[in-house]
Amino acid sequence: MPEQSYPRGPSVAFDRVGKTYDGAVRAVEDVTLTIAGGEFVALVGASGSGKSTLLKMINRLHEPSSGSVSIGGEPVNSVPVHELRRRIGYVFQNIGLFPHMRVGENVAIGMRLKGEKQDEARIAELLELVELPREFAARMPDALSGGQRQRVGVARALATEPKLMLMDEPFGALDPVTRDTLGQAVRRLHDRLGLTTIMVTHDMAEALLLADRILVMEAGRIVADGDPHAMLTGKGGAAADALVAVPREQAHLLSRLEQGE
Amino acid sequence: MNAAWSRIPDLLAQHILLTAAALLLGLAIALPLTIWSARNQAVARVTLGFASLVQTIPALALLALFYPLLLLMSGLVGGGIPALGFLPSLLALALYALLPILRNGVTGLVNLDPAVVEAADAVGMTARQKLWLVEAPLVVPVLMAGIRTAAVWTIGAATLATTVGQPCLGDLIFAGLQTQNWTLVIAGCIASAALALIVDALLGMAENGLRRRRRVQVWAALGMLVLGVVAAIWPVLPTGGAEKRVVVGAKGFGEQYILARMIGHRLENAGYRVTYREGLGSAVVFGALASGDIDVYVDYSGTIWTNEMHRTDTPDRAAIVKGVGQWVAKTHDIRLIGPLGFENSYAFAMRGADAKRRGIETLTDLVPQSGEMNFATDLEFLERPEWAAVKRAYPLHFRSAQAYTPSFMYRALESGKADVVSAFSSDGRIAKLGLKVLGDPRHAIPGYDAILMVSPQHADDQRFIAALRPLVNAIPADAMRQANYMVDRDTDKVSADTAARWLERRIGLASGK
Repeated sequence: MPEQSYPRGPSVAFDRVGKTYDGAVRAVEDVTLTIAGGEFVALVGASGSGKSTLLKMINRLHEPSSGSVSIGGEPVNSVPVHELRRRIGYVFQNIGLFPHMRVGENVAIGMRLKGEKQDEARIAELLELVELPREFAARMPDALSGGQRQRVGVARALATEPKLMLMDEPFGALDPVTRDTLGQAVRRLHDRLGLTTIMVTHDMAEALLLADRILVMEAGRIVADGDPHAMLTGKGGAAADALVAVPREQAHLLSRLEQGE
Repeated sequence: MNAAWSRIPDLLAQHILLTAAALLLGLAIALPLTIWSARNQAVARVTLGFASLVQTIPALALLALFYPLLLLMSGLVGGGIPALGFLPSLLALALYALLPILRNGVTGLVNLDPAVVEAADAVGMTARQKLWLVEAPLVVPVLMAGIRTAAVWTIGAATLATTVGQPCLGDLIFAGLQTQNWTLVIAGCIASAALALIVDALLGMAENGLRRRRRVQVWAALGMLVLGVVAAIWPVLPTGGAEKRVVVGAKGFGEQYILARMIGHRLENAGYRVTYREGLGSAVVFGALASGDIDVYVDYSGTIWTNEMHRTDTPDRAAIVKGVGQWVAKTHDIRLIGPLGFENSYAFAMRGADAKRRGIETLTDLVPQSGEMNFATDLEFLERPEWAAVKRAYPLHFRSAQAYTPSFMYRALESGKADVVSAFSSDGRIAKLGLKVLGDPRHAIPGYDAILMVSPQHADDQRFIAALRPLVNAIPADAMRQANYMVDRDTDKVSADTAARWLERRIGLASGK
């Protein structure tokens, strides 16, 4: 466990959570788990392992079939769903910028929903936070590159100063260079703003390099739970080892190529 | 020529108002249904299925169906719902406009980028915020394309509103078709096509502006449309004296148009504001008088005798007129002012030379030769009780029997495609074409005196009755035939109004105007 240096982010707890689709397909099975406030957790697993479903039960984009989810000790269904979501940042692979609104309006949407006026200074500050020039506020989303769009997506998620950030394959559609820089930018924001961050990814290397704690999912269950070091040293079990093996093997091959072997 | 174009502004204004009202009503119904259907697949199946079903009903039939429906509803609530004119046209056209709006709206909503919808939920929008901030702005361009389609359809279909007595550009087309006045038909077609093109262009401009997010362009286009509707309302607004408004009805042929104008002229001179509902079907027009949708029209005694009273006996002409007068007063509170003085009977006619060669003078002579002859009738004769009565009295078996519009029926006889026609005795073409009218020695066909009938509302209106009474027994058959020929002939034809003025002078009833 990493040290608790970011006490401001809330904890997230799953209590015997299950999710079945159409009464038959079991996406998530009996997950009990606590994520401490301030942790950067990566949920890793193959497609269909249930990791996205588990994540979306936190902001109720999915409802659990059994069990309960709570944030900071409060069950997620104790407040109206739109109020819950306004307190949680959400970034996902397909970004979902509103194509009819300027970048600035997209970033400020959370404030608008609460009835606040559009604050240009705050928009500039948010764009700066995700390392975009403030002039971008006046552009339409379709005038941006994929990486720039996802930066706007992150800025939008941070606009209402949430303490909990949910990310569903946030860098999945980006090229490797953009992916790396944006990943590091998110990690810096996590540290600087004292967030609790839960990131779903199928890329173990990304998880190892960014997260404090890695949860491996397989067939709807958590099959490994530990810090990156534990994963790399074989303490995560067979499923984790299989996922770690790929980037490890690539790293070996690359270093051998570098040495001219 | 000029007469055709001079009627356009008024009818165009009516046409614009009718289509604008129908589109707005269609939108008001379609928009909530669109949202509901996009949220619920079962609802979408029902609404889209219903709208598609409506589309499969021919517009003409849909309009006609609203007449009995509204009559029934009016009966249920104790009267007061007009079954002719604006209301049935509005309802039928609004229903017709539903499908394109609904289908485009639902398609647009269902096909919204799922990522955008997920983002809208995830940032914490309520259902209402999602609708107004995200779904509506993104679907409006698609919806606008549907509204455009609906507008063009509605403008075209509205020409059919003539058949339920709503003034519109269809009046020109239908009157032109009946009297083979192609100038009128073309005037009506050009006006409605031009209207459709202009409205489509303006809505297209608005749609384009919405897609490119150019607000000025959208407002300019919508502003011009609103201006057009306002300009159309202006001349239609009642200019006082609304209590003296009366409606003159007419069936769909030349003689009826002429008589309606004569009635209208007399009522105008008596200080009434007159509107015309022309081209009404025989079946609709009597009911329209009884329910007060029209105030006065001319029918034919034999028609009421056989079709409404279901009588099969044929007493003399005077007895039929008297019987009809008593019956309509007793059963419908309608007042029969009197006969106009001429008869427009069904008359079997042949080419003169042909009749001579075959030695045919009467229907009795026709019977043995009918098997080798072709019969042409107007659109309704074969379904009417008169035809059944004739067949009972004379066992006719024609080689073929074909229905035509009246003008084409005479053409068929002239060209030899038909040998016998069911002509009208007051038709000017009988004399001009040298036709032989066959005698009816067994009196199978009743008398068809033209009779002037007044709705229950005006049955005791002395001023109204007094204005019309001079027409009673004032029109000799020969004068009527000549007037009919003026509008029915192929060349040099005149408008019904001109023929009416001519007839007024001929019988000494010309007004001072």
